[in-house]
Amino acid sequence: MKTLTGAQIIMAVLKDEGVDTVFGFPGGVVIDIFDELSRTDIQHILVRHEQGAAHAADGYARAKGSVGVFLVTSGPGATNTVSGLASAYMDSIPVVALTGQVPTGLIGNDAFQEVDIVGITRPCTKHNYLVKRTEDLARVLKEAFHIARSGRPGPVLVDLPKDVTQGKAKYKPLSEPKMASYKPTYEPNVKQLRKAVELIKESKRPVVFSGGGVILSGASRELTAFAKMLSAPVTASLMGLGSFPGTDPLWLGMLGMHGTYRANMAIGACDLLIGVGVRFDDRVTGKVETFAPNAKIIHVDIDPTSISKNIPVTVPVVGDCKTSLKGLNSLLDDEKIKFTRKSRKSWLDKIEKWKSTQPLKYEQRDVIKPQYVIEQLYALTKGKAIITTEVGQNQMWAAQYYHFDRPNCFVTSGGLGCMGFGLPAAIGAQVACPNRTVVDVAGDGSIQMNIQELATAAQYGLPVKVVILNNRYLGMVRQWQELFYGKRYVATDIELAPDFAKLAEAYGVLGLKATKPEEVGPVLKKGLESPGPAVMDFWVEREEGVYPMVPAGKAITEMLLA
Amino acid sequence: MQKHTVSLLVDNEPGVLSRVTGLFSGRGFNIESLCVAETVDPAISRITLVTLGDDAIAEQIIKQLNKLVNVVKVHDLTGTDYVEREMALIKVSAKAGSRAEILRIVDIFRCKVVDVSPTHYTIEVTGTADKLEAILSLLKPMGIKEIARTGAIALGRERK
Repeated sequence: MKTLTGAQIIMAVLKDEGVDTVFGFPGGVVIDIFDELSRTDIQHILVRHEQGAAHAADGYARAKGSVGVFLVTSGPGATNTVSGLASAYMDSIPVVALTGQVPTGLIGNDAFQEVDIVGITRPCTKHNYLVKRTEDLARVLKEAFHIARSGRPGPVLVDLPKDVTQGKAKYKPLSEPKMASYKPTYEPNVKQLRKAVELIKESKRPVVFSGGGVILSGASRELTAFAKMLSAPVTASLMGLGSFPGTDPLWLGMLGMHGTYRANMAIGACDLLIGVGVRFDDRVTGKVETFAPNAKIIHVDIDPTSISKNIPVTVPVVGDCKTSLKGLNSLLDDEKIKFTRKSRKSWLDKIEKWKSTQPLKYEQRDVIKPQYVIEQLYALTKGKAIITTEVGQNQMWAAQYYHFDRPNCFVTSGGLGCMGFGLPAAIGAQVACPNRTVVDVAGDGSIQMNIQELATAAQYGLPVKVVILNNRYLGMVRQWQELFYGKRYVATDIELAPDFAKLAEAYGVLGLKATKPEEVGPVLKKGLESPGPAVMDFWVEREEGVYPMVPAGKAITEMLLA
Repeated sequence: MQKHTVSLLVDNEPGVLSRVTGLFSGRGFNIESLCVAETVDPAISRITLVTLGDDAIAEQIIKQLNKLVNVVKVHDLTGTDYVEREMALIKVSAKAGSRAEILRIVDIFRCKVVDVSPTHYTIEVTGTADKLEAILSLLKPMGIKEIARTGAIALGRERK
């Protein structure tokens, strides 16, 4: 057995876990770790703000489907990542956060840059650790990776006092940890699957509702096969976009507050709702009492707390989405249950009618419509880009008008709704997938929350493309003010803003601007084709709204359509 | 709303209690009482907590507790056959006119006087929450100076 320093042990475990990239920002108590990092072939991406490191690790994890890692210093370094951790936690993204801490002897003394980050992040991490002895380091780090990626994934924080990383201990590589108190359930109960099949057999108007869990468990293929066997229309939560092909005839579009008319109406009318890897959050259900009023509900999720939390369920299935769907598919196969599109004709016709009478729509006249920019972006990237978003209208338009055919392509802060997420997440996704086109669909409000990360993109030559839908408003709040607050646009007018194209140039990034509809295509083309990062600033209709919209607290079938 | 007595086995580590109580405060659940101590295995502690909630809330509480990485086992004793006890120390004013009466009450409830002064008795009483409430209501008119209660501890009964 070798004797290593704590910092060396950290590197050994990172290598052992297959980590190829660490996003980070240094500080006093983590110099040893950075010093050791430089002696490995693990790439370090230096961000410009620790929040960026957290979101970048998150974006990396989502695009790559593996654990993202970031490393920051104690005190403010750690607290700056709290939003990033909370966002990853809400969306169940596997992230391992390494935070420096003051030496163990100083903990509790209000030392310089000391903060109780384990206490602060307890409610917004899946689990967290303060390592007090170098001897514990290897085990704790292995557990951190294990917990982050298994079961319902999530961020795990490991707090590393300086003396622990400087101290020495014997090290030998450890195998995958076995923990008495942590054993996620992967295998669904077959009895429950059989009950689900019985409901499926009886159902005349089924809807499949797919969520982020399907993407996290890599179950898109199984979900697609399942829906096709049933000839059941499929909707998804924001987090589930890409889990089912967005160009398939069975695709309903997104569900919920800004879901499509047909998806929301289908929920109102279905007699069986099969939720897979979803958690029925309030943005999806609207008024809970009126959600899927005629339906029996099958709910598949690996996290038992998600089941019957918001919506009472007829048949709960606790298990991994992929394993559960495989189980369902083989039971359906065994019983030779297959519903043709013909046998579903009246149900599918009804949906087709909703689709043709109330499609997503906008009219492109003399001012650029944000939806038009997304449609052009979709066309020019042939639907193959990784799209990250900021939060608000930009996020909803991207979700509505970019049709995701594959998983791990839509990277958005769904649960937390964290403005400033998109650019650093795009950087993370670009590092994970260097050969893909990565586009951050942004608003002029949220892009300013982490715009400093343009410097990171420029430094590492990461060709992320930022598409700003610039309406000089904090648009989503403005839309609520327009509809529900008598058009009193309080604290939402941000007309005084930097010239984003010039700002980009100042960072050494290509900056472009379009103010007329005919400039949209050429600007997008130029930005997308440029070899490095680019910022494209589109001056869009100021008071365009996102529709359909379900007012908060209403049934999802009670939509405002324009 | 029903009272639920929940028994947890948890890792005996710093911060674990805070994970449990943080879960309750963060999700708006109630804690009526909470009692923690080491078990026979020094690596494991038992937490007995009493909470209030309807069935759906109780189900969430149990599931959420199970989800905590440091929680080894969760058992909702409510509706099962179990023994529940609580202890209280009650410092009651004991004047010439009431000293005998207090001792009679102590006798009836099979409790003990554990400290005596010219003006006060301190009484140790063990039992169910109902028993504690009953003796408290009898002692109240005498003037209760201070009280310390442990909160409930409980164990499931073995099959007979």
